[in-house]
Amino acid sequence: MKISLGPILYYWTKNSVQDFYDQVADWPVDIVYLGEVVCSRRHEMRLDDWLNVASKLAVAGKEVVLSTQALLESESDLKTLRRLAGNGIFGIEANDMGAVHLAKGQRFVVGPHINTYNGDTLEILAEQGAKRWVMPMELSCQVLSELMVKKPSGMETEVFAYGRLPLAFSSRCFTARRYNLPKDDCHFMCLQHPCGMTLKTRENQSFLALNGTQTQSASIYNLIGEVSDMQQIGVDIVRISPQPEHTGEVVAAFSKAIAHVASASEVKVTLAPYLFDAPCDGYWHGRSGIEQSMETSL
Amino acid sequence: MSLELVCPAGNLPALKAAVDNGADCVYFGFRNNTNARAFSGLNFDAETAKQGISYATERGRKVLLALNTFPQTAEWHTWRQAIDDAAELGVSALILADVSLMRYASRTYPNLRLHLSVQGSATNYEAINFYHEHFGIQRAVLPRVLSLAQVENVVKNTPVEIELFGFGGLCVMVEGRCILSSYATGESPNTAGVCSPAKAVRWQQTSAGLESRLNGILLDRYNSDENAGYPTLCKGRFEVEDETYYALEEPTSLNTLELIPEMLRMGISAIKIEGRQRSPVYVEQVTRVWRAAIDAAKKDAAHYVATPDWMAQLGKVSEGQQHTLGAYYRPWK
Repeated sequence: MKISLGPILYYWTKNSVQDFYDQVADWPVDIVYLGEVVCSRRHEMRLDDWLNVASKLAVAGKEVVLSTQALLESESDLKTLRRLAGNGIFGIEANDMGAVHLAKGQRFVVGPHINTYNGDTLEILAEQGAKRWVMPMELSCQVLSELMVKKPSGMETEVFAYGRLPLAFSSRCFTARRYNLPKDDCHFMCLQHPCGMTLKTRENQSFLALNGTQTQSASIYNLIGEVSDMQQIGVDIVRISPQPEHTGEVVAAFSKAIAHVASASEVKVTLAPYLFDAPCDGYWHGRSGIEQSMETSL
Repeated sequence: MSLELVCPAGNLPALKAAVDNGADCVYFGFRNNTNARAFSGLNFDAETAKQGISYATERGRKVLLALNTFPQTAEWHTWRQAIDDAAELGVSALILADVSLMRYASRTYPNLRLHLSVQGSATNYEAINFYHEHFGIQRAVLPRVLSLAQVENVVKNTPVEIELFGFGGLCVMVEGRCILSSYATGESPNTAGVCSPAKAVRWQQTSAGLESRLNGILLDRYNSDENAGYPTLCKGRFEVEDETYYALEEPTSLNTLELIPEMLRMGISAIKIEGRQRSPVYVEQVTRVWRAAIDAAKKDAAHYVATPDWMAQLGKVSEGQQHTLGAYYRPWK
């Protein structure tokens, strides 16, 4: 089983991004997804900057995939997408059917924001050139097992296994809204929230996280205790979503779990200090996403 | 025919109300989780569907079937059966979101018209043209996230007819890409055909006010002088950095009545009214106003105005009695 590092979902400064990927080169991750998935206004990193990072990581032996924006609204969004799809070196992760259309003839990854809910849909995507798919976050172990039976041969399966869950996209920017700023003049407030802004209920329960036009879970989806189950049903890759600090420690813990050098309960203990909010694993167990199963809670 | 009026039918009386008051098309769902309004007591069985289709087609109107949830592998046959049933019943078109269903329908019933549901999340012409090339989709319903200029760009770059939401409940998120409901309750529009399902809702009067909860999560708390609306997850009041406000969206409805001439000019094919979960009275009132408005704009677009009387009638049935132009109006974003 391989480890992938998902795209950075937050808006970090160019220096932070570059420092982060300098470290990634030495981590036990096999696949690195790069690029901006959330908002076209985020431009600390330009395409050439991403391609430079990509080249360095490729030299370090990583498989690099360029992730593409989930919500494509304007002609300029499509222009960016065409440049990514036509880069000629690295494959793309399609997060919209528009990207699948433009990836025609290439081997691409079906991202978590394409609704692949059954084996027939996966077969159609395979015919379009998909070599790998990332399971939509809300699906369970049970649904995945049923789908795996119908999976086209050679198709790799990746599961989002760690991080705040990306739950929704809007054209409205909720971070700008918090500061009563229009989206077109947002002062790039996302830069001040490197893991999103926590939204709480009126009785102080952490519930969601605002990340610009994306809404995430406040809780951190954590499937480190489920690695053995995932291996058994044939999951090829676990995805870790980058957080501002301690992502390296998270990767190390997953690496141990995959190699079975430590038990599930031991790796959970190792990982616990690096979770910056409460854990959740409900989706995997077929329940509401926010729930945390008793046996794996710490 | 340009700018068809597409109205919701949650049951047979609502379907008749839509037809009697001037809908060009009505859309409905079967009584299971194959559609995105899978509420108890709502929707059609085989017999009422048959009656509804006859009622509409005898009067020269079209009937569209929403099959716009995403089937999972083990239950896929239920959706296939729904397509077979719809073809047999003689619906005018299917409204689909899942590509496997589009492939099945286009191969099995090549003469059956297919529409891309808003749940298909197509916000750009590259996506719409993908569905057109592979499955012959003839119309696409756009998510409620684009500005009018962006909509116009889509229209110019696709042979597929474009349908826009005109009135009703406002999704602030891209439809088909929002799993907030399953995060809180385990059921989402994609998987179960419901958002913020009624069975997970609890109302409780407390000393702090009337509280609405979704699967135990506090969505809002109302003072005695405030109107409490249906507790849709994204329309609650929450705290962000110690400020309590409608962090995602206010309880408000979409109303684009004033944009009809602009939609006609852009070549929009149809306007959709949301609200299969609403009463026949809602359907009657909203259909009547929109019929009059579309006819007025077609007759003389230059002098068209959304009259205060129409706006007042729509205002009465709006969620929270407020309305917005939503994303069609750029500053909303």
